[in-house]
Amino acid sequence: MNSRYSFGGDEHIFVECDEAMSLEAFFKSLSVTKAVRAAQIRGVTEICPANASFQIKFDPDVIKPDDLLRELKSIEAAAASGGHSSLKTRIIEVPVLYNDPWTHETLMRFRDRHQAPDMTDIEYTAKINHLDGVDGFVKAHSGAPWFVSMVGFVAGLPFLYQMVERQRQIQSPKYLRPRTDTPKLTVGHGGCFGAIYSVRGAGGYQMFGITPMPIYDPNQEIKYLKDFMCLFNPGDIVKWRPIDRAEYDQTVADVEAGKFTPRISNVTFSLDEFHADIDGTNAKLTGALYGH
Amino acid sequence: MAIKVVKPGLSTTVQDLGRPGYYHIGIPISGGMDRFALCAANWLVGNKEDAAVLEATFLGPELEFTSDVTVAITGAELPPKLDGQPRATWTSFKVKKGQTLAFDFLRTGARAYIAISGGVDVPVVLGSRATYTLGALGGYLGRKLAAGDELPLGSGGEIAESREVPARLRRAPGSPAELRMMPGLYWHRITELAGKYFFEDTWKVAPEADRIGYRFRGGRPLDFVPREPPFGAGSDPSNIVDACYPYGSVQVPGGTEPIILHRDAVSGGGYFMIGTIISADMDLIGQLQPNATARFTSVTMEQALAARHDRKKLLNEVRESL
Repeated sequence: MNSRYSFGGDEHIFVECDEAMSLEAFFKSLSVTKAVRAAQIRGVTEICPANASFQIKFDPDVIKPDDLLRELKSIEAAAASGGHSSLKTRIIEVPVLYNDPWTHETLMRFRDRHQAPDMTDIEYTAKINHLDGVDGFVKAHSGAPWFVSMVGFVAGLPFLYQMVERQRQIQSPKYLRPRTDTPKLTVGHGGCFGAIYSVRGAGGYQMFGITPMPIYDPNQEIKYLKDFMCLFNPGDIVKWRPIDRAEYDQTVADVEAGKFTPRISNVTFSLDEFHADIDGTNAKLTGALYGH
Repeated sequence: MAIKVVKPGLSTTVQDLGRPGYYHIGIPISGGMDRFALCAANWLVGNKEDAAVLEATFLGPELEFTSDVTVAITGAELPPKLDGQPRATWTSFKVKKGQTLAFDFLRTGARAYIAISGGVDVPVVLGSRATYTLGALGGYLGRKLAAGDELPLGSGGEIAESREVPARLRRAPGSPAELRMMPGLYWHRITELAGKYFFEDTWKVAPEADRIGYRFRGGRPLDFVPREPPFGAGSDPSNIVDACYPYGSVQVPGGTEPIILHRDAVSGGGYFMIGTIISADMDLIGQLQPNATARFTSVTMEQALAARHDRKKLLNEVRESL
């Protein structure tokens, strides 16, 4: 995996760790950006890890572009030889009402922009992934945890990468033409990536459900978003938990009343351990959430 | 000490020099799109360059003042009228308590900067007063201004009358606008001929042009170098595994209409980019109206840094002239 460096104008360096998405490429992006952050290079103003790439914004009046390029390459080389394939992070449970009325209403409104106008987004995705209907889909989608491989597009929106073998990963194309509307907190999917829409707005991802748990609060009034307005960081792990309408309504009420706290546990993830035993590693990670 | 918004204009927001440091979680830098004009407006009224001002797009607001202040309008040629009397742009003037500032129709440019002595004193959010409307963050309640809003003003800023930025030091795009771009990022995805056409063609600003990005039309579609789609990228030749987008980066979804991301950029996504507009020319994009023509010029890093230096020098001259 040879990284490709490119200047993005006179203020950015863009680094593609790999053309294709993989956990290895994501880990490289995460470990190099962590090392860059730790190096506290003067003139660096933004450090942005992404799925299989990363980007550094800098002030060329403070550090010469070629000097920064050299420094990044040496940090990358050191990070690679250090073998940073383990990560101290958090696992966060996200309750999901699959097949909810709000994304259903929205997907019906935009059926003319979809590949399969006579099916819902879940039915379509279940079919092309050879899953057994909606139930089979929910089982596959919520069965294994997902990595937050990037946060962005809009404020606080996590991109999620399913932690299973490539042949088991759910894949689904984006809408033929993007929608002009997506409900806030929609659980979506495009290509191999899951996402949670942090705000209402345009979008092209398939829509599977909705979470009652806000993940972005610019006013910082929600109890668990008081310290910082965005819940997710790159490197977090997400575990979906299917819920019914009654629990959805109760959770919305609890959030409003300031009584809801997300279920979060600290975990250590090892890439080697994961590759040696995917299901076992995932069971251990999920176990940390529920105290077993 | 406040401004009452009588009419909001088309899209008027509170902006300063922006909110760096949160792009990695999708919160863009925001701030004025023409920062050259924004700094000049602030200096004209005795503010520090990073004080919060109003950015008015295409159509000016109507504002009533509840205290004596100094005001200056820079950027687009949006002629101010104080209680109906014309005032000059790029020139500071006094406003008395109870007077109303309105604007004539836009002559040239796209965004006017309205600086008021003391600055617009909305709360600082993550280190800045800039408005990011998509995330409902910063500025006045995270949104563009509406009739009836009342904006608090800061104290301080010296009251200086009739300062003027000389015409030779004002900056505006030509016609066609020349936008200098450093090819890179995913430039290798298009054919050599497509790259040549991109720089040869004259482009037009599309109606979809806002603080997030500017879309262009009218040039020839780009031909791609064939490839096997990498895992996770998507099947369209313009797709990539979702990555970060630099400010000023030029993405071309489907190879047809280039989009330049600006101050409220979406921080990443799945479209390839062919290069990045240099920092010195980002101010100019903020002054392009829909249908304005533009051409892209290929430059090297040395040329980009020289242009950056020239812009800075010009801005210093503005400061020294006041």
